[in-house]
Amino acid sequence: MRGSQPLVYLTLLAGIALSAFPLYWLFVVATRTNDVVGDWPPPLVPGGNLGDNVSRLFSTEDAHFLLGMANSAFASVTVTVAVVFFSSLAGFAFAKLRFRGRDGLLLVILGTMMIPVQMGIIPLYMIMVELAWQNRMQAVIVPSLVSAFGVFLMRQYAERAIPDELIEAAKVDGCSTFRIFWTVVLPALRPGAAVLGLFTFMGTWNEFLWPLAVLEADNPTVQFSLSQLSTTYYTDYTLMFAGALVATVPLLLVFVAFGRQIIGGIMEGAVKA
Amino acid sequence: MAVTDVRPRPAAAPRPSPVPPPRRGFLAHVDAKWSPYLFIAPFFVIFAIFGLFPLAYTGWVSLHEWDLGGAGAFIGLDNYADLFGDPDFWNAVVNTLGMLVLATVPQLLLAMVLASLLNQKLRGLTFLRMGVVLPIVTSVAAVGIVFSQIFDRDAGMVNGILGLFDVAPVDWRADKWSSWTAIATMVNWRWTGYNALIYLAAMQSVPRELYEAATVDGASKVRQFRSITVPMIRPAVVFTVIVSTIAGMQLFTEPLIFGQGGFAISGGSLRQFQTLSMYMFEKAFREFDYGYGSAVAWMIFLLITLLAVVNFLVARRGN
Repeated sequence: MRGSQPLVYLTLLAGIALSAFPLYWLFVVATRTNDVVGDWPPPLVPGGNLGDNVSRLFSTEDAHFLLGMANSAFASVTVTVAVVFFSSLAGFAFAKLRFRGRDGLLLVILGTMMIPVQMGIIPLYMIMVELAWQNRMQAVIVPSLVSAFGVFLMRQYAERAIPDELIEAAKVDGCSTFRIFWTVVLPALRPGAAVLGLFTFMGTWNEFLWPLAVLEADNPTVQFSLSQLSTTYYTDYTLMFAGALVATVPLLLVFVAFGRQIIGGIMEGAVKA
Repeated sequence: MAVTDVRPRPAAAPRPSPVPPPRRGFLAHVDAKWSPYLFIAPFFVIFAIFGLFPLAYTGWVSLHEWDLGGAGAFIGLDNYADLFGDPDFWNAVVNTLGMLVLATVPQLLLAMVLASLLNQKLRGLTFLRMGVVLPIVTSVAAVGIVFSQIFDRDAGMVNGILGLFDVAPVDWRADKWSSWTAIATMVNWRWTGYNALIYLAAMQSVPRELYEAATVDGASKVRQFRSITVPMIRPAVVFTVIVSTIAGMQLFTEPLIFGQGGFAISGGSLRQFQTLSMYMFEKAFREFDYGYGSAVAWMIFLLITLLAVVNFLVARRGN
């Protein structure tokens, strides 16, 4: 085993280079001018044009890029908070409270976890027409406020992280069930909630099909705005790349801050699957 | 999100103080009996209205002539009959399945290799893992934009590299295989590391003694991988196959961005890379044929269910 180590490192480093290169290229092109992007050999170091490209991006009126960023930020934060809260609440109930029909309802959640609800977008659109929510952000936000996967995840976490005695003790102290949830359970669920929150945030930031259906180009999400750029300005690479870069920065920040948790979350989920 | 520490910690009870007298009687009874339902209600109510109901109603809409003006005549299975005779639909089925295979098989094989490399005592393990999952934090449309440029006929790097080996430039958007390859590359790039971590977690839970015993018996590393690792991480493999299949059947963003310009939603001028989701979207939200679009959506749903069941059965038979 010892002898093969350099080879293992080399292969892994090559793999990481491949996984990082498109991101690096994203950055390089965003800092360049259009006339050198297609050169061969390609320009492999960043140039000094990032500021120009970004300001061109923000002044490209029909892309509504800043509005897209703001919309997506608002939606992602709202959805994340709601999913974490509702999932913790339901997960706690399923893990620690006794009530009639509990196991049956939990089965329903398990059964719906894998259902591709996106296939229901045509009637979902009709609902939004009834509510007069077309082209408004609540059409994107409200359907995403809960997640079957989230409930399942938090139930699993609550099962392990919260000792029954803790709840009993709080009950003896006369706490209402919601009070127990708020003061005892929720703090103990924080690590699990963080992982769920991270994935929910990234998922909402990346949502595309449904926003494209229900929103218009003048009130887009960030992915919608990027797709507008790529249909209208597809020859203007530095402009598109500047947009793609700016749209990736929030996710990169999340990654830098919470990378370990993201990795822990992926590996944790796998163990239970 | 003010949370930074995810280690499971013993919950220290923030005791409510001063201690109120224990509540008894009616209120406490109502609380114990109804609170659980109240806690799970938000999920079920919102999910029923905005998740399950639309999905089921899609089936109902698909049995009608239905456009912008609302529900028209009930036409039974006519939409489906049209669909089965619709070459564009079958084209989308073939494209979707083709890209599904090109995107799933290499992805999971590579992930397996990567995971077994990572499953050793290595220095800088955290760095290596971070590097491997970096792609999943790239915003999805950005992936489409970057790879569309890399696979561009004239300005793209892939053709540049092929040129070094005297291969003529490929027009990646022009026909099926080339466009599928480019799109599958995006999916592979984005998800290989994620799957590798899932396999890695499964590999780490395989008992060390099994390998030690095999080594004593003189089994080679390769043999150990085939006879111990693969069977032991089987559940993780089944999980990733099902998840990638479900995601692959709904592939939408990557091919749409790759399409560029006016032919984006039709997946190229000859529909060479239009997926089922794109076809559904085109019918429902570009041509406003809700009835027909719903029939497509329902077929996607059935196909996904079918593939998931097949996956499951194959996995069970192998046991």
